[in-house]
Amino acid sequence: MGATTLTTRADETGLAPLHRPNKRWTRFILPGFTWLMIVYLASPIFVMILYSFNDVPVVPVKQTPKFWGFTLRWWRDPFGVPGMPEAVRLSLEIAPLSALVATTLGALLGLALGRYRFRGKGPMNFLIFIAIAVPEIVLGSSLLSLFITWPDVPVLGSFAPGLGFTTILLSHIGFSVAFVAVTVRARVQTLDRSLEDAAQDLFADPVTTFFKVTLPLIAPSILAGFLLAFVLSLDDFVITNFVSGASATFPIFVYGATRIGLPPHVNVIGTMLFAAGVLAAVANLAIQSWRARR
Amino acid sequence: MATGTEERVSAAPARRGAYARHRRTVPYWLTAPAGLYLLVFLVLPMVILVYTSLQSGGLFGGLRFSWAWENYTDGILQYKTQFLRSIVISGIVTVACLLLAYPMTYWIAFYGQRWKSSILLLILVPFFVSFVIRTVQWRFMLGDNGLIFGPLKSLGLLPQGFRVLATPFAVVAGITYNYLPFTALPLYVALERIDKSLVEAAKDLYASKWQAFRRVVWPLSLPGVFAAFLLTFVPATGDYVNAAVLGGPGTRMIGNIIQETFLHSVNYPLAAALSVVLMVAMLILASIYARVLGTEDETLTAAI
Repeated sequence: MGATTLTTRADETGLAPLHRPNKRWTRFILPGFTWLMIVYLASPIFVMILYSFNDVPVVPVKQTPKFWGFTLRWWRDPFGVPGMPEAVRLSLEIAPLSALVATTLGALLGLALGRYRFRGKGPMNFLIFIAIAVPEIVLGSSLLSLFITWPDVPVLGSFAPGLGFTTILLSHIGFSVAFVAVTVRARVQTLDRSLEDAAQDLFADPVTTFFKVTLPLIAPSILAGFLLAFVLSLDDFVITNFVSGASATFPIFVYGATRIGLPPHVNVIGTMLFAAGVLAAVANLAIQSWRARR
Repeated sequence: MATGTEERVSAAPARRGAYARHRRTVPYWLTAPAGLYLLVFLVLPMVILVYTSLQSGGLFGGLRFSWAWENYTDGILQYKTQFLRSIVISGIVTVACLLLAYPMTYWIAFYGQRWKSSILLLILVPFFVSFVIRTVQWRFMLGDNGLIFGPLKSLGLLPQGFRVLATPFAVVAGITYNYLPFTALPLYVALERIDKSLVEAAKDLYASKWQAFRRVVWPLSLPGVFAAFLLTFVPATGDYVNAAVLGGPGTRMIGNIIQETFLHSVNYPLAAALSVVLMVAMLILASIYARVLGTEDETLTAAI
């Protein structure tokens, strides 16, 4: 009430408003720049999708900068390159396993760090911080050092895995845990604690409170953490390259293929994985806004 | 009736008291699995990396731990060009990333209104595609007769001999592209957290737009700038995929040397020593950051 009378009084006195809306052309600079940046960031994706239809001459089947015309050939047979089905399968086997374990470990850690004060919290936070800031090449070479030293350790040496599936999985879990923990921690910190207090006042025991109140509230962040861990595992090249030995995940296969020429099938698989990722992200956003509206 | 309520009121704290002893151990149980995992697959590997870097001997005679500090002196002397080149390239990349990301995130945080998260998603969506594939696409776009320069050359706007691929510029462009989200996210979180009414207040006190930015927004966004610097500069220094895919023989970075020495020449101690140098640089920068802003500062982590 008071505020409205004040403004009308200011209007009546005819004083110049303090904040004039910017009417000059300069107001288009920042939004224009932002949209340019979005186009720039997306440009390789456009090229990837467009060139999945590139009708390159049959022999040898490899991608060229020249666009020869449209074809659906590569889309009809996306796995028609030797070595690629195995690589895609390995990636799709490791990603969900790694994401599942990393989400379990990371969510518990995120809950502890976001909720409780305890001894060791500071070092734990710093550890997560290191895991995120460390250059991939340092982490990759460290893990390789671990895996090649492991067999020489007395007693434990007999459990040493050879370079391949197990070492890739162990490494992927390792770098994903921190990202999940951070995602969940951020959500837990903003949680309204009075909801849990209310549940306890209504005689819910801690376990019931957790499953009926806390878990549903932090579930979106756990799902986001899972998706993040999945994508991180699917995309990783540098660390995987160190610990994969003779096996190849999809990014390793693509990197190897660039040396001899990239088959157009890679664009098709890349487009499919991209579409799946976008769908998952949009679905997650939609579910969250739907829950928020209810 | 009255006694009943009293009992009920006192019952709740009594129940909480019974759980209190258990509760104190709860955070440790929650932390233990991930903590152990990170100890074995993050801390231990780094310790072993240092251990490996101090070994001597060949692959065939067997490696022995011998405090072989010469791995460090040899490595740094032998590859000082690549070290220096990595730092210069990474420095240019970090500045470029900050210059590109700051105006963009500033606009989204201050003027994005209810579209904020959608625009942010648009920025992040390209990064669902594996970064090897994205980098390869840049090779097609920046190629001598590629998507960008091919048409320009045939129109006569560029000389035929013009090339970007295999030059340091291509490597800088590639790394800038790949690390932009690591710069943009912490910047965005820092700018988003700024109370917009502070800018209003500055303007009420007759500050110009520029003054309001310079005196209010910029200082408040500095934690984000530091976080962006840390998350861009350090990983970019160790990058080798861009140099391998977009660069030439004259643009090899320290990452390329580490990778080749580890996986192809199989000189583990030397490669480990080079890697430890990068690791120590990272730890120093990270500790400074943690000292100044704390490890729980959200600009670094909430964004991710």
